[in-house]
Amino acid sequence: MDPLRTLWETFFDWESMREALPEMLTVGLPNTLILAVTAALLGSALGILLAVAGISRTRWLRWPARVWTDVFRGLPAAATILLIGVGLAPLGMQVWGPNPYPLGILALSLIASAYIGEIFRSGIQSIEATQLEAARALGLSWGEAMRLVIIPQGIRRILPAWVNQLIALIKDSSLVYFLGLLASQRELFRIGQDYAANTGNQSALLLAGLCYLALTVPLTHAVNWIDRRLRHGRPATGPAHDDPDDLDLALPGAAGGNQR
Amino acid sequence: MSSSVSLALRDVHLAFGRNQVLRGVDLEVARGATACVIGPSGSGKSTLLRTVNRLLEPDRGDVLLDGRSVLRDDPDVLRQRVGMVFQQFNLFPHMSVLRNVTLALRRKRRLGDDEAVAVAREHLDRVGLAAKADARPGQLSGGQQQRVAIARALAMQPEVMLFDEATSALDPELVKGVLALMAELSAQGMTMVVVTHEMGFAREVADTVAFMDAGVVLEAGAPNAIFEAAQHPRLRRFLSQVL
Repeated sequence: MDPLRTLWETFFDWESMREALPEMLTVGLPNTLILAVTAALLGSALGILLAVAGISRTRWLRWPARVWTDVFRGLPAAATILLIGVGLAPLGMQVWGPNPYPLGILALSLIASAYIGEIFRSGIQSIEATQLEAARALGLSWGEAMRLVIIPQGIRRILPAWVNQLIALIKDSSLVYFLGLLASQRELFRIGQDYAANTGNQSALLLAGLCYLALTVPLTHAVNWIDRRLRHGRPATGPAHDDPDDLDLALPGAAGGNQR
Repeated sequence: MSSSVSLALRDVHLAFGRNQVLRGVDLEVARGATACVIGPSGSGKSTLLRTVNRLLEPDRGDVLLDGRSVLRDDPDVLRQRVGMVFQQFNLFPHMSVLRNVTLALRRKRRLGDDEAVAVAREHLDRVGLAAKADARPGQLSGGQQQRVAIARALAMQPEVMLFDEATSALDPELVKGVLALMAELSAQGMTMVVVTHEMGFAREVADTVAFMDAGVVLEAGAPNAIFEAAQHPRLRRFLSQVL
C-alpha cells in the first residue's frame, strides 16, 4: 500500500470529519468556550485578590498569595485537574451530585488565578507610584485609589497578557476530559478523541485541532493588535503642543510683584 | 480666600532607613502667605512638602495648621484641606480632564454628579481650560496639564496649597503661564508652600523664602533678606550658582 496515501487517509478522511462536525460544533465548541471563559472570569476575580494580597504590606496576606501562586503555577495542569476533580469529587457529590464539570471549571480557575494574579500584580506595579501619591493627596483612601486610579490603568496594560492566558485556558480545557464527562459535557478534544477511537481514524481529532486553531489564532492576532494599539495609542484628536492657550495667562501684575 | 490657614512645621525629622532626610526643619507660614523653599537637589525640599499632608509621616516633630497639630487627624481628611501639585502633573491618564477634577469632588466632598461637574467646570474655567474638559490629559501640553492639576487641587477648596517643583518638567515657554497662575493664587490669599528653582518667582511672589540644605532650613526670611543680604556662606554659594 502507498504509505503516503495511508497517511493522508489517517488524517484527512473527509467522511469522518463530516460525521464528527455537527457534534463538534453543537456540543464540543460550546463546552470548550464555557470551560475556558468561565475559568478566565473566575480566575480573574481570584487573580485580583491574589494580586492585591501579593503587594500588600501585611505579611499574612502576601505570604499565602505567594504560596498559592507558586503551587498552582508550578503544578502541571493535568495534575491540578486530576487532584481537584478526583480529590474534591466526594465534596462535589454533596453539592451538585455526580457531575465532574464544575470541578473541571474550578481546577481551571485555580490554575488561571495563579497566572492571572501575577499578570495583575505586574500590571499594578507598572503604574507609576506617583499616580497613587496623587490620588492619596486628593484625600482618596488606599482602596479608592487602587479601585479608581491604579487598577483601571493596570488593566489596560495587562490586556494582551490576559488574552494570552485565555488562549492557554482554551487549550488547557481539553484536559478536563480526564474527569469523565457526560456525553453532553464533552469539549472539542474529547469529541474528536471519541470519534477517533471509534473509527480508528484520526481525522476527527484533526478537526478538533482545527477548531482550536480557529479560536486561538484570531485571539493571538487580537493580542498583537491590542499590543500595537496600546504601544502607539490612538491617534490624537487635539493639538498636543504649540497651543497658544499656554501663554495667555500672563496676568497683569503677576510677574510684576506681589500686590497683596 | 478667607478659609486659608497658617502653617507651621516644628523640628520635623524624617529618615528613610539610615538616610536622615529631614533633620529638624522649622518653617512658619502665616495665613494667606506664600513661602518658597529653595535649595540644592537632595536637600529634602520635596520630602518636607510631603510631611505637611502626611504622604510621609515625620519621625519626630509636629505639623500645625492654625496652631493645631494634624498628626493625629485622619490623613484622608487632612489631605482634603491640603492641595498638592506635583512636578510631573500626575493627572489620571485614563480619565477625561473633567473626570480628573470631579473624581475627588464626588468621592470626598460628596457632591452630586451635576454639582461636581459645575464646580469642576468653574475651576477649569479659572485656569483657562474649560474648553478642554472632555480631552484626555495626554492630548494636552505640559503647561495645560499642570493647570488642570492646579484646578483639580483647588476644586477641593483647600486651606493650604503645596507646589512641588510645579514648573520643573515644563518646556521653557510653558513655565510662565503656570507661574502666573500660582502668583494669582498667592495674591488672592491662599496659604502656599512652593518648592521651586524659579528664583524670579521666589523673589517676586514669596513672603518668606526658606533655604534648605542637607535636611535643615539654614536660613529663612523675606525675599530681600535672602537674595540681597544672605548671611550663610552655603546660601551665598548656592545663590551665586543659580542667579
